[in-house]
Amino acid sequence: MTKRYTYFPGCSILGTGRACEESTRAVFAELGVELDDLEDWNCCGATAYMSVDEHKALALAARNLALADTKECPELTTPCSGCYLVLNKTQRYMEEYPRVGDKVKCALKDAGLNYTGRVRVRHMLDILVHDVGLDEVRKHVKRPLKNAKIAPYYGCQTVRPYLDFDHQHYPMTIDRLAEALGATPVHFPLKTRCCGGSQMGTLPNVAQRLCYAILREARRQGANLILSVCPLCHFNLDSYQPDIRRRFGEDVSITTMYYTQLVGLAFGMDPETLGLHRNMTWDGSWLEREVLAGATA
Amino acid sequence: MDTTTRHIKYQADCDPTFAPAIKAIPGCEKLDSCIQCGTCSGICPLSIYMDMPPRRIMNLVRYGFKREVMNSNTVWLCSACYACTVECPRQIKVTDVMYALKQMAIKERLYPKRFPMVVLANQFYKMVRHRGRMNEIHLVTRLYLLTNWFKLLEMARLGIELIRRGRFSVKPDNIERRAELHAILDYEKRYPPTEAAPK
Ligand code: SF4
Ligand code: SF4
Repeated sequence: MTKRYTYFPGCSILGTGRACEESTRAVFAELGVELDDLEDWNCCGATAYMSVDEHKALALAARNLALADTKECPELTTPCSGCYLVLNKTQRYMEEYPRVGDKVKCALKDAGLNYTGRVRVRHMLDILVHDVGLDEVRKHVKRPLKNAKIAPYYGCQTVRPYLDFDHQHYPMTIDRLAEALGATPVHFPLKTRCCGGSQMGTLPNVAQRLCYAILREARRQGANLILSVCPLCHFNLDSYQPDIRRRFGEDVSITTMYYTQLVGLAFGMDPETLGLHRNMTWDGSWLEREVLAGATA
Repeated sequence: MDTTTRHIKYQADCDPTFAPAIKAIPGCEKLDSCIQCGTCSGICPLSIYMDMPPRRIMNLVRYGFKREVMNSNTVWLCSACYACTVECPRQIKVTDVMYALKQMAIKERLYPKRFPMVVLANQFYKMVRHRGRMNEIHLVTRLYLLTNWFKLLEMARLGIELIRRGRFSVKPDNIERRAELHAILDYEKRYPPTEAAPK
């Protein structure tokens, strides 16, 4: 039985987060999940739009919900935690505050769109672990990643404020996924601590301090890999390691990747297909050296 | 010589329209039930950089100290991590209050000038309004040109790495049905909201 979802990529995915999309598509195709692209989707508005105008921010995101409404599958999924939160919040606010919902619906109607409210926003991690299921994932594992010690980093917007598929304070979804791939998740108390998000561009000293804490803790817990869920978290943790080392005088380098990239590696896919060469912390010999060495014995 | 200043505020210094305006925004209605427990300040990962922690902002807002709130850097440090919203024992959506304050500050141009966060939000807003999508490279370039162009040089290392790894997209992306998007976003312009007078 093939499962089918409406797919919303999001802006980051088209640019710096390309690897997230490449690995997501590759892994879901392998698992027989069909991703039906939402045509002519627009930016969800992220945190910035909401800072400027509430009604416009909700209306902007709601256009995507209205487009998804015409699809046969009402489950709208996205690999980006930011988009997940914004689309989810929009959908919930339209229900929770009828005054807001009615106004947004009127704005949509004026533009010839209709939103009935049947769309459900789902995180791809949720779909992978709960709809596809870990048993199915295990069946596809060709290369158990025995020596991978994983610090699972969920970030903020996957788990807050709406997490309906896991525990909000100490989520375990990625941990369980990592175990299914043969890897070992480490205890990671900072798994939902903020990475600074877009503050990395505006206040680098602040955001780098937050990332520094996360990277250092991952190493302290004995991890050799940080798995992230969201293109922005990954960007911050992956790209600024040299800057963080310079700023805080401590080497906190550690390999980071999207959870879908690790899944792909365990499935035996080649790193190029998974966009691993796009990660700043990726080094071609890492897999052999740190993970596979001695694992087959 | 008159250099003596009063440090205690009188109620007359407050803006009586401030709290009602914020509370009218969805998500901010429960502000009055704040018990000043400080959970939000404790959990906030950015509070160590804030001149006033979230707890204090909550209190100042509900008693109408608009000038103090608008002069603080707090809302511009908030990265919308929702930790406060999740932890608040009174289920106050603190993050939404922060958003409401940002919106008001931008609308009334009441923000600390040096804060690049405002420039970022405004540039993002314009770009998405125009094209329907956001291009990170364009956004960051505009941000630095408008705030601190020297930073662009600092960013060179990252830029080169991004190009090398095929993650640098210079071509801005447009949605096809831009008119449809504009019709949605301009709804309020066509039908100005009849301001429901706050109680
Ligand atoms: S956590 Fe909630 S109740 Fe406590 S101070 Fe903050 S807003 Fe008030
Ligand atoms: S949402 Fe903002 S105010 Fe609340 S904890 Fe996060 S950064 Fe602090």
